[in-house]
Amino acid sequence: MTDPILFAGIDEPDLNTIEVYTRRGGYEMLRKALTTMTPEEVLDELQASGLRGRGGAGFPTGKKISFIPAAQIDKYLVCNADESEPGTFKDRELMQKSPHLLIEGIVIGAYAAGANRSFIYIRGEYVEQADILDAALLEAEAAGYLGESILGSGFNLSLVVHRGAGAYICGEETGLLDSLEGKRGNPRLKPPFPANQGLYQGPTLINNVETLTTIPHIIRIGGAEYAKIGTESSAGTKLVSVSGNVQRPGNYEVELGTPSRDIIYGLAGGPPEGRRVKFWFPGGSSAPVLLESDLDLPYDFNTLAEAGSMLGSGAIIVVDDSVPVVDVALKLAKFYKHESCGKCTPCREGTRWTVSMLERVDAGLATPMDLDIMASVQDRIIGNCLCVLGDAMAMPIGSMVAKFRDEFEAHIEAARARNPFGDEAPEPPPPLVQGAVGA
Amino acid sequence: MIGRRKRRAKEPARDAVVVPAVERASEETLARPPGPDPIPQRSVPRFGHGSRVPGWDDAVDLTKDPSQIPDPATTPVDPELRAEIEAHMAKYPDFRSAAIPALAAAQRHHGWCSPEAIEQAACVMRLTPGYLVSVASFYDMLETRPVGRHAVYVCTNISCSLCGADALIERIREETAGDPDFNVRAFECLGACDIAPMVSVEGVYVGPVGLDEVPTLVRQVKEGSPPLPDKQLRLRKSTDPGAARAVPGTMPTAGTPHPYGGEMPGQAPGPPAAIEYPPPEVEQ
Repeated sequence: MTDPILFAGIDEPDLNTIEVYTRRGGYEMLRKALTTMTPEEVLDELQASGLRGRGGAGFPTGKKISFIPAAQIDKYLVCNADESEPGTFKDRELMQKSPHLLIEGIVIGAYAAGANRSFIYIRGEYVEQADILDAALLEAEAAGYLGESILGSGFNLSLVVHRGAGAYICGEETGLLDSLEGKRGNPRLKPPFPANQGLYQGPTLINNVETLTTIPHIIRIGGAEYAKIGTESSAGTKLVSVSGNVQRPGNYEVELGTPSRDIIYGLAGGPPEGRRVKFWFPGGSSAPVLLESDLDLPYDFNTLAEAGSMLGSGAIIVVDDSVPVVDVALKLAKFYKHESCGKCTPCREGTRWTVSMLERVDAGLATPMDLDIMASVQDRIIGNCLCVLGDAMAMPIGSMVAKFRDEFEAHIEAARARNPFGDEAPEPPPPLVQGAVGA
Repeated sequence: MIGRRKRRAKEPARDAVVVPAVERASEETLARPPGPDPIPQRSVPRFGHGSRVPGWDDAVDLTKDPSQIPDPATTPVDPELRAEIEAHMAKYPDFRSAAIPALAAAQRHHGWCSPEAIEQAACVMRLTPGYLVSVASFYDMLETRPVGRHAVYVCTNISCSLCGADALIERIREETAGDPDFNVRAFECLGACDIAPMVSVEGVYVGPVGLDEVPTLVRQVKEGSPPLPDKQLRLRKSTDPGAARAVPGTMPTAGTPHPYGGEMPGQAPGPPAAIEYPPPEVEQ
């Protein structure tokens, strides 16, 4: 048992004000980093910590910062707070309850990367959280933790809270950059990667809220000490958002490598009385589903990847045995169809056709052959687009069809028996039927 | 294959021939998309006096010249709106970054991104209206059609729909049917699956919303009072006191053996704890 790191004292009243935050030892690590350490030393600590990005891809944070060129040019740090992955709500909690922790992490991260302009791109739906961040920003500026020569170190940093306007794709890093530049949020071709050419064509470090809020703690205990938490390949703690058919949905901080059963049954209470876990998404709705038999997997990046899924944003969605898998698949596909930006053909068309085929399945118009076609469509989306939105639909749908093929086929049969004309009340009645009955 | 069926559909009816049900169904569905809930055809919105409501997501009118940057002399802009947009523009190295905040501000002033709203934002930002239309039409929260002033977003994504969001939005639509002040939308995941099924009422998250609470919620929105004050997200504790932990205030670790239902899935220890909310804060 260890103490929570990000959620330490999270429910303290008024933690979002600078008074309470500094009373609890806030901004001390900012002072330590900026006044006693060089940017290289901060970067060394981050690299030693083994911290991996918490937004979905799990890329080592220290390595990402080290890609930022050292030249004396405008560099940017963007905090990705466009938390739109279905099932994920950890960043919301952090920004709402502890906005100063995020600001402290941003300043230290920018110091390590040499960035002097930073942005928080927060999704437009988070109105309350954006207001809290705006208020915290003013407090931090007034206290001298942001702006010109922070704490007399000669390091300058400006911070802007930028509100989005509702687009899932803007959580993708290059889509986010386009959106932040005031365009439609279409992803860009990579390379060049944002570390070389990102916002306004300058080197840009993009990190998730949770990643940045972890940085002050790494400075406090040191990278080597942080690396001891969790497993060898997945260091540290993770906020896990558990939702769906569980008794106690919510955010829980766990050490990486905790058995998944501890999270779903121990913390979140498991599915409602008398039901069983049918399948669960280990990392948001984009992750391929896992079954009840996978519940004993340790919850870390590598184990889940080996199991054919991913840790993603750390959002566990539990689906119990009362829910038809086709309903979940259709819901999912419709969401990705709506959110596809339309730039790449495989994603734009693939999501549309997947929805059409799932609707056929649901309406009893499909044959088992349609399932093969559907699976082949998913195969053709994966890896063929600029960003992973299409993959994010293709992977879970593909895994559902593969793991629940019997249920899909049974669903088709049941729907056809219930609804032989493809509609509950054929309008107008087909003339051929009348002829047949008359004869 | 589809083409062949189409041709067959044109042939005269084959009397007294029983066509298999699947084939008949396929012919019929060629006319409209399959599925229990076909996409409704959007009717052209019209004003009471009959003329069409202009919207920016209409097809391009190729007979018109492309719009230029609006002339400040002929485009009156509310000083308040102008000041707000200019403040946003000053925050960024490139003024175009302020496109979304400017459109959001214009939408707050005008109720939606109307042609006037976009022209005014374009006039202040020195951009063409076309550029801003391209931005406005991309984002869900920027309305390119007239909408009611009370934005009620109901999350209908996976987690919420597992907890009954589809029935909830149905109920809210019934309750607000015919009220033009309401803009009830099924929205993408709003990032509050812990209070599923949830509703965002003009940016205020409330949940879990029971079907029996919908009339109260709708009344509160109409009155302008805080929606369901005891169910607002900001009052929710981050750490659930009911979560089974060996030591309160700690978290499970990689090394701990898991005592939770190892043999019997579905049997979590202890009674399920309801979410405990602190007493509601009285506002106004």
